[in-house]
Amino acid sequence: MTTEQSPALDELIASWRAWIERRDALSLCDVDELESHLRDRVEALTTAGLTDDEAFLIAVKRLGSMDELSREYAAEHSGRLWKQLVLHDSSDIEGADAANGTMPFVRRANGLVVALLLGVGAGIAVKATELLTDDPELVFRNIAVLVLPFLAAWFAWRRRPPVGTLLGVAAAFAVAALALNFYPFDGGSSTVTVATQNSATAVLATIGSIVGLWLVTGIVDAGGVWRSDRTRMDFLRFSGEWLVYYVLIAIVGGALSGLTIAVFASIQVDVTPFIGEWVLPCGAAGAVLVSAWLVGAKQHVIENIAPVLTKVFTPLFTLMMLALIVASVMQWNLVDGSRDLLIAFDLVLVVVVALLVYSISARDPAAPPGWFDRLQVLMLAAALVVDIIVLVAMIARTGEFGFSANKTASLGLNLILLANLAWATWLQIGFVRRRVPFGRVESWQTGYLPVYLGWAAILVFAFPPIFAFA
Amino acid sequence: MRIGKDLVAAAATPVVLGILAEGESYGYAILQRITELSGGELEWSDGMLYPLLHRLERLGHVDSEWRQSPGGRPRKHYRLSEQGASTLAEHRRQWSTIGGVLDQIWPDAPDNRRPRLALGLD
Repeated sequence: MTTEQSPALDELIASWRAWIERRDALSLCDVDELESHLRDRVEALTTAGLTDDEAFLIAVKRLGSMDELSREYAAEHSGRLWKQLVLHDSSDIEGADAANGTMPFVRRANGLVVALLLGVGAGIAVKATELLTDDPELVFRNIAVLVLPFLAAWFAWRRRPPVGTLLGVAAAFAVAALALNFYPFDGGSSTVTVATQNSATAVLATIGSIVGLWLVTGIVDAGGVWRSDRTRMDFLRFSGEWLVYYVLIAIVGGALSGLTIAVFASIQVDVTPFIGEWVLPCGAAGAVLVSAWLVGAKQHVIENIAPVLTKVFTPLFTLMMLALIVASVMQWNLVDGSRDLLIAFDLVLVVVVALLVYSISARDPAAPPGWFDRLQVLMLAAALVVDIIVLVAMIARTGEFGFSANKTASLGLNLILLANLAWATWLQIGFVRRRVPFGRVESWQTGYLPVYLGWAAILVFAFPPIFAFA
Repeated sequence: MRIGKDLVAAAATPVVLGILAEGESYGYAILQRITELSGGELEWSDGMLYPLLHRLERLGHVDSEWRQSPGGRPRKHYRLSEQGASTLAEHRRQWSTIGGVLDQIWPDAPDNRRPRLALGLD
């Protein structure tokens, strides 16, 4: 009786373990130790004549209050309450083959080695193109074609999509590369130079290729099932987190570069050219892959940050737009705004769509509508009002400004976003009034992704010929 | 009689280190030994011993190792380290001083032999 445990006791202890393991402050080893203690105590009590379940109850009671105990553990192991990004294999999401220790080298730490190699590849691709062609304009125009294939390769390595998907994506990259490089973009007619490009249509094609190929890369991430709402939403979540990490890496990288330059300057060595010509382009390209790796590695460790930013900035942004409405009504001078007004408002609408999408991405679909959803209705309505004021003003003056490539592109984007937001507002009002299920709000945004892809493709393929490569 | 919470907390470290000075041991046996030595009067909830042991381990006063119990279950054994031994000696000096002071304040306490023993003053 003393050494042989009855199955009933094992069940009791198993359920006790399940309850206690939920506490962050206790590691599995601690629970093992407490279980060992519990069994010793039960054994002693049953020897004294108690039944198993009586002994179990007393033993658990004598361990003391679990709240107090986990507070003690937390005081001793305070680090455990902060989730840490661990690079060893136990954090790997494909834990099945991580557990038995037979995981191949490249799969360890969520494939950090592969991500780093691809990052180096992206850096080399950018730098080699620049060295071979000696034409920074060409490198800028091809930036998406040079870097994003490595991101697609990373996704392909992780998701193993069907070969047909890979071929389709490769074809999209190839076609984009052909258009970007064989269209005879005008070299010197314009006086404005943006990002080393002289031709406005070249700039638009570059932006279009970045957005379009990013979405195409998402098809690889979706493992080929890109029609599904869920995989599209996952790619949107990935994109938001990726951007946050990329910006963080860029800030720290910039600070580190500045420090390096300052330190070397103090010993009369000027490393600015080296930083500018090597570290910056290679680092910026490589960070694309490192950020992508980070998003995957920390997925289960750290809370998504993009939705948190959304929660913080939605009220502030709403206030900003309401203030803008009041100001424009009081002064009625939005109409006299500069030609860049439309581009500025495209950015406003992009931010509004992003705020909406990332709050949707983190929302529990089953939760009833709350104050935040009502606030979003206000934000959407304010954005619509502001944008309609701007659109009316701009279209009324088209005759004066004319239809340049830039104006047409930003007008098109504006209309696309306006259509999205108008219907999103309608759905959001329906959702707040409990007439529309949350799933429709969500699927409207994911279903709209191909529209952006289409507009990006038009910018890359159709705009340059239409506007004579100006 | 129940010993106050603060006094228990203050005594816990020297008591646990002292028991480990008798030889390596594990949580449940340490608690049994404390009950035995104090006649059941020095007690705290069982679980609280373990965070204390972990703190002593982090400070380097004890070393630990997982072993098999005779019944075949895993069990974590603790052993006093050299540093722990010197900490114990230091604790002992401090408690002796306090015990000496109390002995002089209460010269004719009815039962002043047992505390002297427990405090290592004999």
